[in-house]
Amino acid sequence: MLLIRCPYCEEERPELEFRNAGEAHIARPTNIAAESDDDFEKFFFIRANPKGVIYERWRHIHGCARFFNAVRDTVTDKFVMTYKAGEPKPAKLPGASK
Amino acid sequence: MNAAFRISGAGRLSQAKTASFSFDDKPYVGIEGDTLASALLANGVHLVGRSFKYHRPRGFLSAGAEEPNALVQIVRDDARKTPNVRATVQELYDGLTANSQNRWPSLAFDVGAVNDIASPMFSAGFYYKTFMWPKWAWKDLYEPKIRATAGLGVSPEKPDPDHYASRYAHCEVLVLGGGAAGIAAALAAAETGVRVILADEQAEFGGSLRFESGARIDGQDGYAWAQAAIAKLKGMDNARVLSRTTAFGYYAQNFVGLVERVSDHLKNPGHELARERLWQVRANRVVLATGAIERHMVFANNDRPGVMLASAARTYLNHYGVAVGRNVGVYTANDSAYAAAIDLKKAGVNIAAIVDLRDNPSGAVIDEARGLGIEINFGRAVVSAGGKLRVSSMTVQPKNGGGQRTIPVDAILMSAGWTPSVHLFSQSRGKVAFNDETKRFVPGTYAQDCVSVGACNGTDGLDATIDEAYAAGAKAAKEAGGKIGKGSKPKVDAGEIWSRGMLGAAPGAGPGTTVKAFVDFQNDVTAKDIRQAVHEGMHSIEHVKRFTTNGMATDQGKTSNMHGLAIAAEELGKPIPQVGLTTFRAPYTPVTFGSIVGHARGALFDPTRRTAIHPWAARQGAVFEDVGNWKRAWYFPKAGEDMHAAVNRECVTVRKVGGLFDASTLGKIEVVGPDAAKFMELLYTNPWEKLETGRCRYGIMLREDGFIYDDGVVGRLAPDRFHVTTTTGGAPRVMNHMEDYLQTEFPHLNVWLTSITEQWAVIAVQGPKSRDIIAPLVEGIDMSDEAMPHMSVREGKICGVPTRLFRMSFTGERGFEVNVPADYGEAVWEALWAEGQKHGATAYGTETMHVLRAEKGYIIVGQDTDGTVTPNDAGLDWAVGKKKTDFVGIRGLTRPDLVAKGRKQLVGLKTKDPKVVLEEGAQIVADPKQPIPMKMIGHVTSSYWSENCGRSIALALVAGGRDRMGETLYVPMPNGTIEVEVTGMVFVDEKGERLNG
Amino acid sequence: MAKAAAKTKAAAAPASVERRPALAGRALSAPGVKVEMLPPAERISLRAPEASLAALSKALGLTLPTKPKTSATKDGRTALWLGPDEWMIIDEAGNDPLADCAKVTALHSAVGISHRNVGISVAGPAAAATVNSGCPQDLSLEAFPVGAASRTILGKSEIVLLRIAADAFRVECWRSFSDYVFTLLSEAAGDAAN
Repeated sequence: MLLIRCPYCEEERPELEFRNAGEAHIARPTNIAAESDDDFEKFFFIRANPKGVIYERWRHIHGCARFFNAVRDTVTDKFVMTYKAGEPKPAKLPGASK
Repeated sequence: MNAAFRISGAGRLSQAKTASFSFDDKPYVGIEGDTLASALLANGVHLVGRSFKYHRPRGFLSAGAEEPNALVQIVRDDARKTPNVRATVQELYDGLTANSQNRWPSLAFDVGAVNDIASPMFSAGFYYKTFMWPKWAWKDLYEPKIRATAGLGVSPEKPDPDHYASRYAHCEVLVLGGGAAGIAAALAAAETGVRVILADEQAEFGGSLRFESGARIDGQDGYAWAQAAIAKLKGMDNARVLSRTTAFGYYAQNFVGLVERVSDHLKNPGHELARERLWQVRANRVVLATGAIERHMVFANNDRPGVMLASAARTYLNHYGVAVGRNVGVYTANDSAYAAAIDLKKAGVNIAAIVDLRDNPSGAVIDEARGLGIEINFGRAVVSAGGKLRVSSMTVQPKNGGGQRTIPVDAILMSAGWTPSVHLFSQSRGKVAFNDETKRFVPGTYAQDCVSVGACNGTDGLDATIDEAYAAGAKAAKEAGGKIGKGSKPKVDAGEIWSRGMLGAAPGAGPGTTVKAFVDFQNDVTAKDIRQAVHEGMHSIEHVKRFTTNGMATDQGKTSNMHGLAIAAEELGKPIPQVGLTTFRAPYTPVTFGSIVGHARGALFDPTRRTAIHPWAARQGAVFEDVGNWKRAWYFPKAGEDMHAAVNRECVTVRKVGGLFDASTLGKIEVVGPDAAKFMELLYTNPWEKLETGRCRYGIMLREDGFIYDDGVVGRLAPDRFHVTTTTGGAPRVMNHMEDYLQTEFPHLNVWLTSITEQWAVIAVQGPKSRDIIAPLVEGIDMSDEAMPHMSVREGKICGVPTRLFRMSFTGERGFEVNVPADYGEAVWEALWAEGQKHGATAYGTETMHVLRAEKGYIIVGQDTDGTVTPNDAGLDWAVGKKKTDFVGIRGLTRPDLVAKGRKQLVGLKTKDPKVVLEEGAQIVADPKQPIPMKMIGHVTSSYWSENCGRSIALALVAGGRDRMGETLYVPMPNGTIEVEVTGMVFVDEKGERLNG
Repeated sequence: MAKAAAKTKAAAAPASVERRPALAGRALSAPGVKVEMLPPAERISLRAPEASLAALSKALGLTLPTKPKTSATKDGRTALWLGPDEWMIIDEAGNDPLADCAKVTALHSAVGISHRNVGISVAGPAAAATVNSGCPQDLSLEAFPVGAASRTILGKSEIVLLRIAADAFRVECWRSFSDYVFTLLSEAAGDAAN
């Protein structure tokens, strides 16, 4: 069981309290009704599946109930960092392997 | 009374406390503190099992958890029969009953032993090669037969009556292994004040100090020091000491699974005590002090009962006071077996000879053995063990060939050296490194915050071990936030030291030989099998392992892995590190299902959710059905009624008079804030801004892809407050879906969501008399049609308690849903029931609810929709706000496939024979005469007998369904094809007049 | 704000039906720990941005905590921090926090959940071990001191955990989960002193 640092609770908490919520930094278009088929496909269906660093959303569903973002290495399963929802994708990762 | 092989004055057990037990129905007497193994050996019993494949007689190899041979069945009663218990681990209790396994009709005469004679047939890969063809035969013929004759023990026939506990624990330093190293590390860490957990699989702490007679620490015998140190740790508030506790799995971020055997060693555990306790420990730092395991020598017939590890014989003598024989031979490639010979000799056991594969070793133990008059043969090998049910001789030969000499013995002690136990380190995803000088794998690169100390780290000698372990314990504690410790490092006055040895087949079992020199005892893998695997093209050690099954038995190759690897490497002509080690996986030793399941069985398997009204329904004799975790009243049979009769009566009564239905399980969410309506606009297809306070609307929620996700009636309680209902099963995910959008896509909206599913009990009162039933109990609400039309909501009181009273209908009749705070639910229900009875109303369950809504063509999300149905498909286009510029799913709805012609649409079906009720899920075709496979154009989603219609009714998703009104379609079933007519979805009161009736 | 809630408070007619709390009166004693159902209490789920906290604190008569995993208690009323804009208010003194919040004009959401939740007391030297049978959080006094509060997991149920003393917890769960939670705590209690 992983330990995940919740950026709102400001401490590491057991994975059982969390739920993964898919890839991060995919913003819903502000005028979604006007999106082309291709753009909608990219927005809704296409997801990265990297070997290595992934940006993903988690929800501390059985804790503070907040959604937040995490950077995780899919090879080591280690969390590089977590940050609050709405914050920009970090430009630099602390101690990232790649 | 002393058993024949118990040596008075030897060992640490009090010989006064005896314990009777039986093995294969024969009674024996042991003493308290014995393991089953030591007690049997004290009685001269070595033969305890038959091997898995060849059914060869087997005895004890070890005195610990690595035991591959001595697997027995421990029987307490019909429900408590534990197979595959290692006799070397099972502690003796008075009355213990054990049976041998894998033999028929008896242990001494086993029919299956014919496999041993026919063994040339059963070579490596035998199963893969022999039972491949014909393919069908594997499932029906081969596998059942093989399983019947092989098998490891017998499962109990009854449910396990024991209970199992579980506990999450946290500590700064977790020390795994309670030998000298683990104790020293735990002391150092605990002295700093941090939380320490020390766990060891044995009943007593001490590890190899149990047999190392030469160890002295802090002025006392090594074992006595260990006990004193444990007593000290137990007295510290910050230390937890767990004996009989195996660390079986090392997971991410220092999360370690331990199983504590709480009561398997007790005569009468009673039901108060758990049988086992699962500890899930999160440690800041882990100290691995898992020791080393002695290897056997690989020579012909090295599996004969009486042939065992030297350290095991020493443990039986020095701890249990048991001699493993009277005339013992020793075969070794390192020093440690000398210590065993010396201890036995001193205890009065004859040592027939020491056979040492090394040419001219020297050292104190060799001198001491020689001084005791023991015959020592250097540069020689034991090429074969004689005897069948018990070893009777060893045949000795110069290691490079020459004349043989047979020495009579009744036991052979062997040592090929020691293998560091890197299992947990490897599980932690650490990478092992091969030390070429000492020929062993030791921890190399660490992946987690842990450290290995002592023998498992390749550290030789007690002095160095204590130094290393104490320092590591202190360092781990410091890194985890501990202060400087106040204690002092234990002082080693004397210790034993040995290393080196040999890997692979011994002389006489090498290349070109076909003798049965076992590498893996439990899976019956010989040196020849490993070589054969390489010859047949298995060049990766992972392939060799799977082809031969070496190391794949329940002991996971604790004694066999290194030998197997060395033999494969030799055959491949590669150095060992290039061949590589197979991966160690959890569990380290077998773990019971019970300990994993823990409390989660019976009522605690999963939460069973019951509504506030449940007790009333139960008293009425309702039959319940599971809906998610909820128990819902399914129907309320009166005396003599079956389900059909009860549902028919309920359905008719609701439409004729009225009925009460417990709708409490519906999901309910209170949406509050100045932007509540804006939020609703975005999450539902319908328009909400203009919905007046006090009115309700049926809402549809889509996913972004345009498919229906949920539905429900929403009431506006105030401009800034909505009472949203969801489906029963959808409640948690709808809440999550709404929170997701609110928090991450629409965080600018000032609105909050609160689940109120369980705040309100909901009593649906439906039917022409519904208002008459409710009105007498209500205060402060005008329930006239003018003041409270269909689809409205009012707040007031019922029976003196607050209510949110909805006028709404899922039956098509005039209807209300009475929400009251849950603790009042049952009492308000009883009051409504009393009113209802005056009119002849009925209580009805979920089945009747389903029929009544189907008669009206009201859909159930998840039954009539399946995640690929749009509002248009379901005939609900009217609920999609055409003027809206945004809502979740708005873009998805315009995807090409979602607007294409010929989509499946929800329609009604009437069978040509009104008595025939279709099966839900049945497929629909247009032409029943077409060849198979037929083109299926849809399926039945809902189907019931409607007593109100006097016929069957059904809903179905049919391609282009709304263009097929009146068409005849066909439902092919195993007993014939059913003709159906496509109709509208409303079977009762098409104009909807009864809503105000 | 909270107009609808205020309305329900207005009428004064006495209840003609009895309140039947879930598992009322159930209790279990084991060596080192006692598990028992707590009497009904008034509860609200309070949501608010930072700017409203002063007004709400004043109305509620206690300072809403803003530090994660903490609570504040005054005069029988406890405010538990559950999230950055979420508090659960439990009033055991018979006063209605919903009515108190109804007077506040500052932006907030107050929703009554008195009947949604039940409270279970777990008290005694083995209380932490009992809760740790199914709760994966570190419940040492250092990590989870007196007054600490957190939504978390107990076995297969969500709970809110509040430490009211070194050896006493209040476990809150939804009404329909109370049987599961109470039964799990009871079974765990039998093992916790070991």
